[in-house]
Amino acid sequence: MLFLGLGCLLLHVFVVFGTELTFELPDNDKQCFYEELEKDVKFEIDFQVIAGGNYDVDCFVTDPLNNVLYNEKKKQYDSFSHTTAMAGVYKVCFSNGFSTFTHKTVYLDFRHGDEEPLIQTMTGSTALTQLESSCVSIHEILKVVADSQTWYRLREAHDRTKAEHLLERVTFWSIGETVLLFVIGIGQVMLLRSFFSEKKGSVAAAT
Amino acid sequence: MVYVALLCLRRRILNVFYDVVSSLYFHIGETEKKCFIEEIPDETMIIGNYRTQLYDKQREEYLPATQGLGMFVEVKDPDDKVILSRQYGSEGRFTFTSHTPGEHQICLHSNSSKFSLFAGGMLRVHLDIQVGEHANNYAEIAAKDKLTELQLRVRQLVEQVDQIQKEQNYQRYREERFRQTSESTNQRVLWWSIVQTLILVAIGIWQMRHLKSFFEAKKLV
Repeated sequence: MLFLGLGCLLLHVFVVFGTELTFELPDNDKQCFYEELEKDVKFEIDFQVIAGGNYDVDCFVTDPLNNVLYNEKKKQYDSFSHTTAMAGVYKVCFSNGFSTFTHKTVYLDFRHGDEEPLIQTMTGSTALTQLESSCVSIHEILKVVADSQTWYRLREAHDRTKAEHLLERVTFWSIGETVLLFVIGIGQVMLLRSFFSEKKGSVAAAT
Repeated sequence: MVYVALLCLRRRILNVFYDVVSSLYFHIGETEKKCFIEEIPDETMIIGNYRTQLYDKQREEYLPATQGLGMFVEVKDPDDKVILSRQYGSEGRFTFTSHTPGEHQICLHSNSSKFSLFAGGMLRVHLDIQVGEHANNYAEIAAKDKLTELQLRVRQLVEQVDQIQKEQNYQRYREERFRQTSESTNQRVLWWSIVQTLILVAIGIWQMRHLKSFFEAKKLV
């Protein structure tokens, strides 16, 4: 019984989940995500704005008692980490209220708890062999590599969106300006001609 | 000690149930469509799990949704072609594998046609999307290929490295697209500047000549 109890205590790994979501936030809209967490669980929130307007968004995080844990306005990307003081539903909200017509694409990564073992029998209650501990350290390093790849992918998506937007604007502005040039050029001449046609009588009289 | 053991056991059982959908949730309206974007390399598997809950006014809490209330899941590939379009029940699991690298769009909306069903409230949707290596069920793989613990760990490392390599290839392809866009912009800016300067000069000359001949005709010059 003692062994069962002790063994069980060691098996007490927290539930894991990292959820990554990329969603679109329409203008003047607010989108909230909720997560039910236990006490003393460390969670981390990473968000980045990938597309839209000035690439910024408002974000706030509240605990189950509606206390604000994190509140930032117009941030492009940020990371927030917290250890829960109580069990309950934690809320993270994004708001695009300051934007009148641009909708934003926001990436959110919500991680909490520790990593779950690969299969339920890998309890970690027995000491790992050298091979196994090498595997564990390689696994951790590869996780860092994958995370940094995600980071670069997001920055690249952000920069690429900006570049494509710039190309569009350059094209439209060039076409628009050419049309404007012709219109103004010909319009000026027409207008000038119309001045002299009307006042022909008075000019002739003056000279 | 018995109590601790029992508590632990209960926790373990809950862990198994939690295995699938105790995750981030959000609220969705009756006719609202919520879309999520996943930017993934090709030949990557995505598994999505969702669970819905409806607000029960009598008990004033969220209870698992009734049968008959399903979610319609639609997945579009980067070329806007629909690769998955199916209706699932109040709880479901959808899987697809990407064949082109890029932004895939996963959209969810409820199939409810009776507006009173939501009772003015919202539908709570728990969603969990696993991409690539995270979508693998290692318990299954261990059982199927009869792997020892060490072999399973090494298999996980192999899958991780595989995913990293796919992501790197995708990165190369995206960088090329980015470079093409930038070079295109550069060329366009250059050509349009030259053309516009020429147009300006041409219009200026035409204006002066036209006005000169106009004034000469009017006998003002």
